[in-house]
Amino acid sequence: MGTDVLVVGGGPAGMAAALSAAQSGAGSVLIVERNERLGGILNQCIHNGFGLTLFGKELTGPEYAGRYADQIGQAEIPCLFNTTVVSMTGNKEVLIRNTDGERQIEAGAVILATGCRERPRGAISIPGSRPAGVYSAGTVQKLINCCGYMPGKRAVILGSGDIGLIMARRLTLEGAHVEAVCEIMPYSSGLKRNIVQCLEDYDIPLYLSHTVTRIFGRERVEGVEISGVDEHLAPVEGTQRFIECDTLLLSVGLIPENELAGYAGIVMDAKTGGPLVNDRLETSVPGIFACGNSLHVHDLADFASLEAVEAGKNAAAYVKAGGEACQEFECRAGNGIGSVVPQRMSAKALAEGATAYIRVGRPFENASIVIKRGDRVIRTVRSPRLTPGEMVKTVVRDSGDGDLTFEVDSHD
Amino acid sequence: MANYDVVVIGAGVVGSLTALELSKHNVSVCLVDRFPEPGCGTSKANSAIVHAGYDADPGTAKAALNVRGCGMMEALCGELDVPYLRTGSMVLAFSEEEARKIQALLERGRQNGVKGLEIIGRERVLELEPQVNPEVFAALYAPDAGIVCPYELTVAAAESALDNGVEARFDFPVERLERENGMFRVISKSGEIRAAFVINCAGVYSDLFCGEPSFRIQPRKGEYLILDRKYDGLVHHVLFRTPTKLGKGILAAPTVHGNLLLGPTSEPIEDREDTDTTAKGLGLIRESSKYMLPGLDLRGVITSFAGLRATPSTGDFLIGWSSGQEGLLNAAGIESPGLTSAPAIALKLVELLGERLPLQKKAHFHGRQKVLRMAELSLEEKNKVIRENPAYGRVVCRCECVSEGEIVDAIRRNAGARTVDGVKRRVRAGMGRCQGSFCMPGVLELLSRELGVSQTELTKSGGLSRMLTGTLKGEE
Ligand SMILES: Cc1cc2nc3c(=O)[nH]c(=O)nc-3n(C[C@H](O)[C@H](O)[C@H](O)COP(=O)(O)OP(=O)(O)OC[C@H]3O[C@@H](n4cnc5c(N)ncnc54)[C@H](O)[C@@H]3O)c2cc1C
Ligand SMILES: Cc1cc2nc3c(=O)[nH]c(=O)nc-3n(C[C@H](O)[C@H](O)[C@H](O)COP(=O)(O)OP(=O)(O)OC[C@H]3O[C@@H](n4cnc5c(N)ncnc54)[C@H](O)[C@@H]3O)c2cc1C
Repeated sequence: MGTDVLVVGGGPAGMAAALSAAQSGAGSVLIVERNERLGGILNQCIHNGFGLTLFGKELTGPEYAGRYADQIGQAEIPCLFNTTVVSMTGNKEVLIRNTDGERQIEAGAVILATGCRERPRGAISIPGSRPAGVYSAGTVQKLINCCGYMPGKRAVILGSGDIGLIMARRLTLEGAHVEAVCEIMPYSSGLKRNIVQCLEDYDIPLYLSHTVTRIFGRERVEGVEISGVDEHLAPVEGTQRFIECDTLLLSVGLIPENELAGYAGIVMDAKTGGPLVNDRLETSVPGIFACGNSLHVHDLADFASLEAVEAGKNAAAYVKAGGEACQEFECRAGNGIGSVVPQRMSAKALAEGATAYIRVGRPFENASIVIKRGDRVIRTVRSPRLTPGEMVKTVVRDSGDGDLTFEVDSHD
Repeated sequence: MANYDVVVIGAGVVGSLTALELSKHNVSVCLVDRFPEPGCGTSKANSAIVHAGYDADPGTAKAALNVRGCGMMEALCGELDVPYLRTGSMVLAFSEEEARKIQALLERGRQNGVKGLEIIGRERVLELEPQVNPEVFAALYAPDAGIVCPYELTVAAAESALDNGVEARFDFPVERLERENGMFRVISKSGEIRAAFVINCAGVYSDLFCGEPSFRIQPRKGEYLILDRKYDGLVHHVLFRTPTKLGKGILAAPTVHGNLLLGPTSEPIEDREDTDTTAKGLGLIRESSKYMLPGLDLRGVITSFAGLRATPSTGDFLIGWSSGQEGLLNAAGIESPGLTSAPAIALKLVELLGERLPLQKKAHFHGRQKVLRMAELSLEEKNKVIRENPAYGRVVCRCECVSEGEIVDAIRRNAGARTVDGVKRRVRAGMGRCQGSFCMPGVLELLSRELGVSQTELTKSGGLSRMLTGTLKGEE
């Protein structure tokens, strides 16, 4: 069996990529999705706030997914549901498994749109017992919104990213009591509107520069110890406080899902956790593209979809014309920068104008992101406030020579 | 009231293997445990190492049973279809003084009857284990050491015992033993059973039943870190530090599933339920591991845990007939190398029992039915299996690629999974890098369907460890 373009994952990125590939004349396009429907994580995000950029309207997650799914239906793009891609080679031989068995599909191009997973408790090694009641926020989102179960009655939430904030409100609305939201950083990475609408409106305290330092309870969670942290994020002795609760929600970061990239021998970027790509969103293996949260974690589903449109277009071009060898330059994350995607840009793309997605490494006030080639500044992006939680998107246009360095120029 | 020839208290690795050995004979046996499934005590939380046998002092029960158990492990794991790997081990010496110490270990090992021991030099160590700190001087190499999956071994032994006629009572916390008319009353909150003989394999609680007033257990906690499978192949052998007065130190070992295990610490504790990890303990492991393997990236840690050693006041395993209680056979104070020794301890206990209870081998004994593991099958075999039962084609746990069919098997087998942790230990659903974030709701659904109980009744690990507190408002 074969297909011109195979898209792994049918979330907002995968759907957008498949549509755009089909519209760009890719030939046959196939979506492989392990769940029973399109939509990815959006199916469990029943709050609104999706689609402002793309559809000019506030939609819920399922509504946003539905709009795309309709277009996929109209374009008659085939989807294999309840089907998991279990491995993949660098030759774009994709092994899938479902109730019909396991078989290989040979693809002309592959687009990875596998989304991300949540960082688990173990990864941050919170000491203490290991009782029932410690869940990642997304798991609780699924239990409540899709399965109809309550995971607990009194919760503490660690992490004030958007998922944590939204779950604070959701739990409250379902009758649970949220005792506190703790954030290890001195600022929240969540959107301001979420802090107001999800915490302040319900009098849920947000403790900045605080973390959970111990979990209590042998069978079910009975409480947690929280502590203040110093500027190195280390807990400060003497600031410990016990909070009684039966549930601890963790919302401590998202990690791109990239097992498949690993099997195919794709070179990864330790900073983003995703594959290293060029301006065509093509990985180190020609003909394999990546987009959405499996490439790097986005702030909004809209951005994941927008990026995926590019991946779809480029995958179509690849199957039509084959890869193009072109001189590429490196995009280096310099002083103050957390990550830059893409990590390489071609001379041609730079001449026409290439999009870069930038995250800073820490918050800055009144600072600029400066893009340089050698000592020559080719672009400056000024901002009153830069935080690692917000991705900065900018177009870089230059016909010069040499690698690019991205830096923060701060006045503080 | 149920009457048995023998009641075995404790379905850890020792009790389960003992029950298995007994199931080969014409005796009625009941295996009891306070948890809903076998292997929820120390046998689930240890270093999983099949020790070669140079640690224990010559002449002790530990030394003899360790060497004997190590020799039995590979064949036993083959019979029970349990993962085992003979990796070999190294005790690394980082100074001249340590180099002298490993020489003494070598001699002790030889006295204990350990084969193949040799001291290898720095070059050879670094050739075999390029990640080891180049400051290493030498190492004691033991080719017979290995690794095993301790909870799968325990579960497999209990299951196979049940397949061969042993009965089991789970959720049966024994409170006391009473002797009446030459029989034992084995009394627990959830009922009582009778037996002519009791075998005490109660792990960290084994001193409470042993009938030896002077024998005490001082539990010692050991904490661990587990790293993601992407570190598979970073170390190939079990790597120990040279033991000091403070203990054996922090080791690094591959697991049979390709994760990297770092630990354990060693801390005496009073509370026998205290398997909490601590900031101090985990910090110590990080520091020590960084010294042994300087290139190690600790961002790959996916979980941490702790287990309790049943450290006996006598310094040696207590194995034999109780002097204070008639009809009671003890396997108490089984600390490390108890996992390695367990097959030999089981044989020893049955041999001792045979002195007082005539034991006749059964004509028929069924070996354990092989476990269907999709990952071990060829493409053709997988397709055949999925054609016969499509549930093997539905992937539930994405990180470890575990199918619905494999999870259902784990629940339906004898001594099967009853809890979320039980599923995890048997088939690895939830053991991967997302730690069950994605598959937990699916696992709950399968447990509920297979066991015929509502999801809100299901627990993480028995007792009051309910996963959910209810349904949504207005829903029933
Ligand atoms: C638990 C969780 C909760 C979130 N909650 C919110 C929220 O409340 N609000 C918000 O704005 N953002 C939320 N996000 C962020 C959200 O992921 C993004 O906004 C957006 O969904 C990213 O789109 P995507 O297409 O890249 O990934 P996804 O939506 O995750 O889609 C990836 C799809 O790929 C499929 N897939 C992956 N691997 C395979 C494979 N090997 N074979 C077959 N199919 C595969 C998956 O099943 C999934 O359907 C959440 C993320 C997570 C992980
Ligand atoms: C940190 C650490 C590292 C170790 N590393 C190794 C190693 O690498 N190699 C090695 O060979 N050994 C090792 N060991 C030792 C090994 O794990 C133990 O010796 C072995 O698991 C003991 O098995 P057990 O069956 O005696 O105990 P357990 O597994 O604890 O089983 C006892 C059972 O009895 C049950 N029970 C207790 N009280 C009652 C009651 N009142 N009623 C009913 N049931 C009861 C418990 O629920 C439990 O299931 C290590 C131990 C620790 C703690």
